[in-house]
Amino acid sequence: MRSANLNLCIFAAKYLNRVLKMSEVINIKKGLDIRLQGKAENIIGHAELPELFAIKPTDFHGVTPKLMVREGDQVKAGSVLFFDKYRPEIKFVSPVSGTVSAIIRGERRKVLEVVVKRDDANAFVEFPTADPGSLSRQEVIGRLLEAGAWPLIRQRPYDVIANANDNPKAIFISAFESAPLAPDCDFVVNGQEKYLQAGIEVMKKLCNNVHVGINADAASKPYLALKGVQMHKFDGPHPAGNVGVQISKISPINKGETVWVTQPQDLIIMGRLFLDGVYDSTKNILLAGSEVVKPAYYRTRIGACITPLVASNVKEGTIRYISGNVLTGKQITADGYLGYYHNQITVIPEGDYFEFMGWAAPGLGKYSVSRSFFSWLCSKTNYRMDANLHGGHRAIVVSGQYDKVLPMDILPEYLIKAIMAEDIDKMEQLGIYEVVEEDLALCEFVCTSKINIQEIVRNGINLMMKEMN
Amino acid sequence: MKALRKLLDNIKPHVQKGGKYEMFHSTFDAFETLLFVPNHTTKNGAHVRDAMDLKRTMAVVVLALMPAFFFGMYNVGYQHFLSLGQAASATFGEMMLEGLIKVLPIVIVSYMTGLGIEFIFAQIRKHEVNEGFLVSGFLIPLVLPVDIPLWMVVVATTFAVIIGKEVFGGTGMNIWNPALVARAFLFFAYPSKMSGDTIWISGLTEKAVDGFSGATPLAAAASGNISQFSMLDSFLGFIPGSIGETSTLAILIGAFILIYTGIGSWKIMFSTFAGGFLMAWVFNMVGANASMQVPALHHLCLGGFAFGAVFMATDPVSGARTETGKWIYGFLIGVFSILIRVFNPAYPEGVMLAILLMNTFAPLIDHFVVQSNINRRLKRATVKA
Repeated sequence: MRSANLNLCIFAAKYLNRVLKMSEVINIKKGLDIRLQGKAENIIGHAELPELFAIKPTDFHGVTPKLMVREGDQVKAGSVLFFDKYRPEIKFVSPVSGTVSAIIRGERRKVLEVVVKRDDANAFVEFPTADPGSLSRQEVIGRLLEAGAWPLIRQRPYDVIANANDNPKAIFISAFESAPLAPDCDFVVNGQEKYLQAGIEVMKKLCNNVHVGINADAASKPYLALKGVQMHKFDGPHPAGNVGVQISKISPINKGETVWVTQPQDLIIMGRLFLDGVYDSTKNILLAGSEVVKPAYYRTRIGACITPLVASNVKEGTIRYISGNVLTGKQITADGYLGYYHNQITVIPEGDYFEFMGWAAPGLGKYSVSRSFFSWLCSKTNYRMDANLHGGHRAIVVSGQYDKVLPMDILPEYLIKAIMAEDIDKMEQLGIYEVVEEDLALCEFVCTSKINIQEIVRNGINLMMKEMN
Repeated sequence: MKALRKLLDNIKPHVQKGGKYEMFHSTFDAFETLLFVPNHTTKNGAHVRDAMDLKRTMAVVVLALMPAFFFGMYNVGYQHFLSLGQAASATFGEMMLEGLIKVLPIVIVSYMTGLGIEFIFAQIRKHEVNEGFLVSGFLIPLVLPVDIPLWMVVVATTFAVIIGKEVFGGTGMNIWNPALVARAFLFFAYPSKMSGDTIWISGLTEKAVDGFSGATPLAAAASGNISQFSMLDSFLGFIPGSIGETSTLAILIGAFILIYTGIGSWKIMFSTFAGGFLMAWVFNMVGANASMQVPALHHLCLGGFAFGAVFMATDPVSGARTETGKWIYGFLIGVFSILIRVFNPAYPEGVMLAILLMNTFAPLIDHFVVQSNINRRLKRATVKA
């Protein structure tokens, strides 16, 4: 009896402690969870590392690559492939050891991909190891730049690689993803807690103010164990997991302010650099989507070619491969490469068909936020959505659609119109610093007039950067 | 279906740029996309998209108008036989037939005129044909008196589409609701055909039974005779008036469809009714003349109030676009509708003018809402800096 009481007391104390520690749950009300078919179980599929890897300069906004290698050069994991012409300290390194097998160029000889063919040596460039806590801020920055891990840190506004000379107001890490079919962030860092904490130590050297956003519905065990960070609990639909939304709830970005952001698995890569002295970009990525036979997680590295993963694992038909999620990812080919910041590959039907009187049909299997298709009759289904536009481009007609899916104090329609009019002052006034493409991805999804909102937002950000420099 | 697709694919090269019949490109495109949702896919950005498009949006609005439309046809017949003193002997079928004969030509003329102009403009601009007129073309007949000469429908529709919409750049760019522009045009250009007691009932001639005036309840209200129209009749719609506006019940069914599907703004509808009720209630308190004494709820069931609130005020293009703005916009429409009704001696109905007035002011309302967002942002910055 006594021990039962004692247990109860301990439980209560623990609970109270937890409640006090993170008393506040930030409720996100606006947003949308799109339920798609092809969700993965938490299992890691077996797959050899692919033959080919590529780093794509186009994954980084505002980077003009200056090549350091030629076709046929031998490289190790951590050897510099190219650097940014305008910020030469920012280097991009090879994820594996092997030979530079191709440099793919596009229009006007723009470098699109630097492809490395992996050898079996699995050799790493050796960097000195150190406890990040014992180094100075400058030393930490120097090591990240040197080893090519710096691009893992991005800044807001603009969503570009952080400027090492800046002193950000804070660093934000979202420890969950809420996008459709997104990977489970608890699962992907499993077993890497040591490196995760080391990554946090690195961040704390860069800025004392480190915020981690966790999901109220997830266990978040690896993240709750982190030391020296400020935890924030979020609850609600996508885009609750977007770091931009979390920033806007915790400490919105004002004019002239900079914050840095990074992702959990990127922290692990940085942690390995300091603890093990290697640039080992190994991470768990998710292969999901309605057209995948067996959706699962795979252990691979940044820039991996997706062919071995999808080769005999997708269904028949015209198929779209997306590096990233269905809302913000980039379209790639079946022999394309995982994007630098992406943690998942999504495979959906292409949907390039004509549909007879589709606008008039009851539309039982069609997903819409509006209840104008009878799919609301079966609200629990997961949808097999394709990349069909479902209509033509029109002028903006319907109002209030965007507001329902953007949980920020921003008037999306007015911001978008300001960007289209290239009105710099208005863009600034309406909050261009607070958003990046992914934050408005749902606005694009719901848009009746099929406006390419993310493209417009990027154009606006690019214009802003040009204007500010 | 496959044969149809094949046919379209065969015609397509001829109407595309450089083809022999290039001038029909927009027309072809309009019919093609009407028959088949195009095979366009997303490029980058959001790869999956909501199944909703403008065609579906407009189709749902037209669907929501159906109850008012069918009741309108019935009521045209009913009022006709009522005026002849044969309401009791005429069958439902006869009434519907009378309504159909009177209403259908107006609908057809409105669509033919409007769509014709839309197709021409789309071709000149090399744009796709916009779906906006699918709704406007249906709204126009519903807000007209049944005895309107068809040539007036043509003139008004032409005016509304060209001056009300296309000069601003087409669907999505107009300042005023095109259907109301058509109605306002007729009202000011041909007042004798748009007001008075004889136009609201089809075939109202000397044959009408004694004591049947044909006046609308609003005209009756102004002269203190509202008691001849019961609240129930006004709500159900067995009263003279424009074709689609009489039955508040049918309109509310439409409102339910619009709100449930998420296409019409419930905020605007609710605040319009609230504004109208409040204003009418205030007038009840004052009670200085006959129309002030009409009970507030009864006011909302008369004339075009409900129709305007549900189908006209909620037009997203000409209405307020910010969520806060919608409350203010709707509320003021309600207030002004009743205000104009009660105080304007020339014309007993105020909804049309109230909506057009608030269409004009909607950008101003939005401006203040946007400005408050901007100020909030500025304030935040100065506090922290």
